[in-house]
Order: sequence, then C-alpha cells, then structure tokens
Amino acid sequence: MPRTDTPAPPRVRPPRPRPGIPVGLLLPAALGLVLLTLPLIGLLARTPWADLPRRLTEPGVLTALRLSLLTATLATLFCLLLGVPLAWLLARVRFPGRRLVRALVTVPLVLPPVVGGVALLLVFGRRGLLGGWLDATFGITLPFTTAGVVLAEAFVAMPFLVIAVEGALRGADQRYEEAAATLGAGRWTTFTHVTVPLVAPGLAAGAVLCWARALGEFGATITFAGNYPGRTQTMPLAVYLALETDLEAAVVLSLILLTVSVAILAALRDRWITSP
Amino acid sequence: MTAALLDAHLVADRGTFRLDVPLRIAAGEVVALLGPNGAGKTTALRALAGLHPLTDGHVTLAGVDLDRPRRRVRTPTERRPVGVVFQDYLLFPHLSARDNVAFGLRRHGVDRRAARRAAMDWLDRVGLAEHAHRRPRQLSGGQAQRVALARALAVTPSLLLLDEPLAALDARTRLDTRAELHRHLAAHPGATLLVTHDPLDALVLADRLVIVEDGRVVQEGDAATVTARPRTDYVARLVGLNLHRGTAEGHVVRVADDLALTVAERLDGDAFVAFRPAAVALHPDRPEGSPRNAWPARVSGVQRHGDNLRVQLDGPIVVAADVTPAAAAQLRLVPGQPVWAAVKAAETHAYPAGG
Repeated sequence: MPRTDTPAPPRVRPPRPRPGIPVGLLLPAALGLVLLTLPLIGLLARTPWADLPRRLTEPGVLTALRLSLLTATLATLFCLLLGVPLAWLLARVRFPGRRLVRALVTVPLVLPPVVGGVALLLVFGRRGLLGGWLDATFGITLPFTTAGVVLAEAFVAMPFLVIAVEGALRGADQRYEEAAATLGAGRWTTFTHVTVPLVAPGLAAGAVLCWARALGEFGATITFAGNYPGRTQTMPLAVYLALETDLEAAVVLSLILLTVSVAILAALRDRWITSP
Repeated sequence: MTAALLDAHLVADRGTFRLDVPLRIAAGEVVALLGPNGAGKTTALRALAGLHPLTDGHVTLAGVDLDRPRRRVRTPTERRPVGVVFQDYLLFPHLSARDNVAFGLRRHGVDRRAARRAAMDWLDRVGLAEHAHRRPRQLSGGQAQRVALARALAVTPSLLLLDEPLAALDARTRLDTRAELHRHLAAHPGATLLVTHDPLDALVLADRLVIVEDGRVVQEGDAATVTARPRTDYVARLVGLNLHRGTAEGHVVRVADDLALTVAERLDGDAFVAFRPAAVALHPDRPEGSPRNAWPARVSGVQRHGDNLRVQLDGPIVVAADVTPAAAAQLRLVPGQPVWAAVKAAETHAYPAGG
C-alpha cells in the first residue's frame, strides 16, 4: 500500500450540477419510472391480502411453484454443464468460425421464445429430426414432459450464462493459468482448480441470471411442453391460465413470482453487481 | 567445459522481434539475464518455461531435450522440471499462502496432508509460518515474493526462473528481500536464471551475467569482467562508465574525427576506451600541463549524483563528468556553457573491441 505522509489536500466539493433540469429530459424520465413501477403497484393494490394465506396454500399453486423451482434449477444445472465449457471455448480457443459460433449462441436472446418452442418441436418432437430417433432408440419422449420444460427453459436461458461466463473468462488474468502450468497442473486441473475459482463471481452472476430467466420462461415452454398441471404447468403458465377464469388467483401467483424475482435481484445486487 | 545442467539455444519470434540467445547454466549456478526493457529477457524466460514457442534451437535440461523444434520435441509447461517466480508473483488469490505452496506438490501426486506439511516447512524456511493461512491480498509485497519463491522451490525444479523478482518492491523491502533471496538461491542445487534490468540485483545475486540487447547476447562473464570491460553503451551506463569505441595505434585511440585519447595500455586496431565520470576534470579554459587528453565540450545537462554533480557533456564525444559542488561553483554549469574536459591517461582503460 502506498503511504503518503503529506497532509490530506483540502476537500474538494464535487462540481454541483447546474440548477434546472431540462423538461425535455425530466418528463420522459418520470414517465419511464411510472411505466416501470405502476404495474407493480397495481399488482400490490389488487392483491386480496385477507384471502392470501388460504390461496397460497391451494394445492395447484404449490404444485406450480414447486415445478417452476425444480425445472428452473435443473435447467440452470444443465446450462452450467454445457454452457461453461462453451464459454471457455469461446473465450480461450481461437478457431475458425468463432464469431459465427458466438452469434449463434446469442440467437435465443433475440428469438421470440414461441419461435424457439416451435423450433424445439421440429427437432425433438415425435417426428422431429432427433425426436423420432430418441423415441425409437432410448424410448425418450421430450415434448409435453417435465424434461421438455427443462429443455425449453435451458434453450432460452443458456445465452445469459454463456455471455456472463465468457465475459468473466476474458476478464480473468490468464497468467494465473500459466503459473499453474509451471507448477505441474495440466489444462483440466488448471481449469477446475484455478480458472473456475477465479471466475466464480461471474459464474455465479451468470447462473443467477440464467435461473431467473428460466423461472419466468413462458413462450417456449407452452409451445414445446404444453400446459399440464403438475407436469409442465410452471408458474407463468399457471398465471396465464388463471387469468382466464379467476383474476384473483392470477394476482396471487403473480405476486409470488414477483417476490421471488425481487429477492433474486436483491441478492444479485448485494453480492455481484457493483453499482457506482 | 563442464557439462551444464541447462544447455539452451533460444530462438524465438515475437512479431518482428527475434530472440537468439545461447545459454548454459551449471548446477548450483545463478546466471543473471540482464538487459534493457524490450531486449527479450522475458521472452527468453517464457521460452525456457515452455510458455513461448521456440522457432529453432533447443532447450536441454539434465541431458533431456525439453524443446527442439527441428525434431518436433516440445514438452508442455506442466511436464517441465522448471519453476518460475513471476514478476508480480501470481499467487492464486483464492488460496491461502500454505495452499499456494502446496499447489505444485499436489499436482505432483503428493497427498493433501503431506503436501500441506511440506508447504508449512517451506513457509517456515522463508520465515512466514505464522502467515500460512493468509490470502495473498493480506500479504505485503515482500511476503508475497517469499511465498512465490517457496511455491516455485517446493517442487524442487532442476531449473528455477525468476522474472524481475524484486521489481515490484519498494526500496527498503527490496534490500532485505534481496539478501534473503541470495541465501535461498545459494542453497538451490539446480540451475537458476534471474531476469532483471537492475544491475545491482544481478551483481548481488548472480555468479555470472549474460547481457542481452535487442534479442542478442552482447556480453557475458562474471561481474568483475563485465564491470571492468563493458562492451556496449548499455553495459557502460549500467556500471557507470564512459565508454567509447575507436581505432587504436600504440598508446593512442582515435575515438572521433577530431579527438584521439592517450591511454595507458598499448594496443592496435578496433578498441574500447572506458573511464569513470569522476576521472573527467572540467576547466573553464584550456588546462595547462599534465593531462594530455583535453577537449572543448559544451554542458548539456546537470544532475545530482550522490554528493557530487553529474555533468553531461556534448562535444566530439558524449561524456558524463562527476564534479564536486566546490568545483562546480567555480564553473558556470548551465546548459550550453563551453568548458574544457580532461582525462589523465592513467585513468583510462583501453581493451580490444574485436572478438
């Protein structure tokens, strides 16, 4: 640590912003804030608080919540298993077509999830490219199963993980890996014992983002896995379904999702996202 | 010549830069690779460690080829018996000091318990046993340097490489750490290569100096030889000598079109003349009498140098002169001021430049 013996310089006030914020900026900013928060306030305003405990313990709600948490967690693990090596490849290995691969990885980010669901059906459906073979060879059917939900969620959420981890890997000092090599560590040991701990914060942030995205997944799930209570009906699907019959139930389900999302966001901010 | 433990000829390319350095180090010997920034010192170190590919040449350690591009031999870094202390140490930030030192042992198949015990022994040896459980960011620069040294030595490498091991330390820590490093390097039975741009590190720590400039070895030898007979401007500046090259004829060496220096030695042909800045006397007018080497010069700069002033002179040759403050007071030492410089023949040292 550098130590200075010179007296502290007189405190300089940060330059004060000029008084008067232009209306052309203030008005849209305020409207934007309203747009983002008003729906949440509306949700809270319409929540049947008195009825809440009973509604929360309704078997349908718990089943959907449990299924959502389970599938989002499995999808995240699946993404970690495949996405981290993919991110490593993109960050550390020069190969022809790397830019193309990176572009392909980000496609699910911009693709409407419903289209993703249709695409998954075309590949893993009973008559799909791989689906028929999987069914005939292993007896595995993915569409309209819980595994299908996991697959749909992973398809949509994996880019979040890959991008976060690739960024962390690029930011990590590769000379630590060289130091590991001079101590006799092969590439795999270096990856597991040095690289992964070094990028752990980025890895965790990516996993949380991935999990949150999987938790909220709707379009690809309903297209590819359908809407069977207890099997493929996750929370977002339950909200949508409830909206057609029982508005209050939809509000309660939405409140739960909102609570989980805000909790995740808070955890993320505290631990991994440094805001100025 | 005795069989060297390390026998290497490093030919490596980095962009348009080419390194071509032969290097032999005996067991127990400490060699300093000394040179200015960008001379290729670090590339040489990385090539020995297998972190930079050789274009040609070879690295042979204890009779085994680790690298020989012509025979397509290339041992990956992790299988070379080579330890490295990096410039900024690169201690793994997520591991304690002890686990950093144990890391290499674990990779060499030592079980966890034994590795930790050996790591504790090493930390004890470098005087850091009580800091074993600290993370690298809780260690001072000098402590981190010792942990890095213990980590590299723990796997008993045949070749130990140190990249500017003291460069990241402040002046006082550097003094203590240098003395301690000297002790550990003297105890290391393998070959040691020390890469540095600090001549003091090289003189204190090394048995032999190899000086590289622009990817080539320009001079090689023990400290006494190198300091007495520098062969390039860089080496001369390192050891604090004025160095000029010219053509000798008997006791006279012509170092510029209009300047010939009379020297003590007698030699012919291409020659170097070296003299200390303190041997250069300055006079306001042409000096009378004894000094036969006197020439008109012009002051181009003045700096403090210890208790004296170091005066940079332009003229037929560029020279540094050390004068006492008292002498300086009698001369008007401002840039552009004309003076006469004089050097006694007995204060010069001339030696052949060729070969």
